[in-house]
Amino acid sequence: MSNVRQLRFREALREAMIEEMDRDERVFLLGEEVGHYQGAYKVSEGMLDRFGARRVVDTPIAEGGFAGIGIGAAMMGLRPIIEFMTWNFSAVAFDQILNNASKVRQMSGGQFNCPIVFRGPNGSAKQVGSQHSTSMEHFYATIPGLKVIAPAFPVDAKGLLKAAIRDDNPVILLESETLYSVKGDVPDNLEPIEFGRAQIVRPGSALTIIAYSRMTHVALEAADQLATEGIDVEVIDLRTLRPLDEETIVRSVQKTHRCVVVHEGWSYGGVGAEIADRVQRLAFDWLEAPILRVAQLDVGMPYNATLEQACIPQPGRVCDTVKRLVFRET
Amino acid sequence: MTKESSPPAPPSPKASPVDVEHLAHLYRQMFLIRRVEEESARAYATGKIGGFLHLYIGQEAVGVGAIAALRPDDSVVTTYRDHGIALAKGMSARSLLAELWGKKTGCSQGLGGSMHLFDKEHNMLGGYGIVGGHIPLACGVAFAAKYQGQDRVTLCFFGEGAVSIGGFHEGLSLAALWKLPIVFICENNEYAMGTPLSRTLSVEDVSLKADAYGMARDRFVADDVLEVQARVGAAVERARKEQAPTLVEMRTYRFRGHSMSDPAKYRTQTELDEHKQRDPMTRARERLLTLEYKEGRISALERSVEEEVADAVKFADESPEPDTSVLAPTTYDGAFAY
Repeated sequence: MSNVRQLRFREALREAMIEEMDRDERVFLLGEEVGHYQGAYKVSEGMLDRFGARRVVDTPIAEGGFAGIGIGAAMMGLRPIIEFMTWNFSAVAFDQILNNASKVRQMSGGQFNCPIVFRGPNGSAKQVGSQHSTSMEHFYATIPGLKVIAPAFPVDAKGLLKAAIRDDNPVILLESETLYSVKGDVPDNLEPIEFGRAQIVRPGSALTIIAYSRMTHVALEAADQLATEGIDVEVIDLRTLRPLDEETIVRSVQKTHRCVVVHEGWSYGGVGAEIADRVQRLAFDWLEAPILRVAQLDVGMPYNATLEQACIPQPGRVCDTVKRLVFRET
Repeated sequence: MTKESSPPAPPSPKASPVDVEHLAHLYRQMFLIRRVEEESARAYATGKIGGFLHLYIGQEAVGVGAIAALRPDDSVVTTYRDHGIALAKGMSARSLLAELWGKKTGCSQGLGGSMHLFDKEHNMLGGYGIVGGHIPLACGVAFAAKYQGQDRVTLCFFGEGAVSIGGFHEGLSLAALWKLPIVFICENNEYAMGTPLSRTLSVEDVSLKADAYGMARDRFVADDVLEVQARVGAAVERARKEQAPTLVEMRTYRFRGHSMSDPAKYRTQTELDEHKQRDPMTRARERLLTLEYKEGRISALERSVEEEVADAVKFADESPEPDTSVLAPTTYDGAFAY
């Protein structure tokens, strides 16, 4: 029987990196402030001492440059973990990820792989303003050649990151600054968690809420509130966005007949739109209501605390949306 | 204002006796590239090659000379003008032309095309189509060699058009900071597509950029393939022995337009003719004759190239097209992620 410990999200990520670096000499961590500073959000705390500057590499502020370095190193068989201080900064490395990481296997006819992990905090935090609050998963999840993962709990953060490091393809790992201190049970000797398997984190029958990353917690809070009003919803935590677990989604909607997708970031052409498309295609005959999305309001993120909260999906907005469907007059 | 400078010249290659057989070998490579490019232009005109086609004609001495300074286990990364580089690094004319024809027997199974030539066996790590985007990637190839404690060197080719974009500066900055075993080769052919050097760079001496990064530099006209080999060789040795990068700027000239769709009206016939008179390939041929490498031997060598090219064209013509079954497994290694 293995023991279970309470770990914070950041500790779970750190353990995954340490275990994989212990296991495989080819794995190294590279990014801004990952070494001497101990990580901008302390995810890599202590790792420089443990592995030295060869394998925990501080970089200048040059996301395009060091993302490219990771890609070239991965093509030569190394397994880099590239930390973006936030995914917002990956915008200046977007060319590297889109045109090099995701395409090099295809362009080379399968001769070269790019086994690399890009990770860091994504989406909004707390009043960090317009340029530090973007949810980048919607851009990355659309790109074939990439895998995109967005865990909500420490155990999944650890297991999915371990799997990401061992994957032979480029993986985008989206974290959240607001989740780094969240605690959760993590069993010792945790094995890598396979991509493409969503989890039903709360079973229910009235409606299916689909969420991931930070929004899984918002969905669970909404579900608690709804339960007090006698509405029993099911919550699915996607865990990985590409590959997407269609089967779990469809089976749930076949049971509940209603579906709401909750995510950060804008709704236009986003992950929620993709899920809505799949649900209507694969479960059309089971649906009793339109599929609705709860996303960031369709504006840049405001600094003002009240306005910011109004923009980010809140349990209240999720509850209202659920009730519109459950009490829908036909 | 234009600043020009001449970095200290390395030992002249003319000081040592020329290895005639080696020069003949380099001439053959240059001639092969020239003939492959001419066949490509013809094939483009008849529709066998689609998309964009950027020819290396005129610049052969750069790729051939520079790659002659490498070991087979050294790596090369370049731009979309990559046919000559790929051939010089060891890719077969068959593999190259079949790729341009979009055939399954091409180096990338017909998925890459003219701009994306890869040959893992020969450490040809690709041609890339986004200007400057491959420079950090090339630094990563060099980073991997250093990380693994191997003395492999990486050559990274780009045009002077790449010098204005961020990838160039981030790549050079990181390579100098981390002392990566890489040689940056600026193939300065005087035109960024249709825009001359004077209208793209405030300082026309590209090699000076190295000074700002504390990096060694060199700058010369790539007329003589042996000089190219010697001077790039000095930079390669610096990378291999001292783990220090170098920026080498070579002045060269493309005899054709930027791509097949470019009639190159931005330059005069006189300018073009002047450059053609200094054609490095012709110079190498003349040099061979002065070194008593007889016309008969040169002709035999050229005939063997003609046969090789004809064989490659036939091979590409007769090869099958890839089918859709190739698409998914080249997008992901393992299960498709959707």
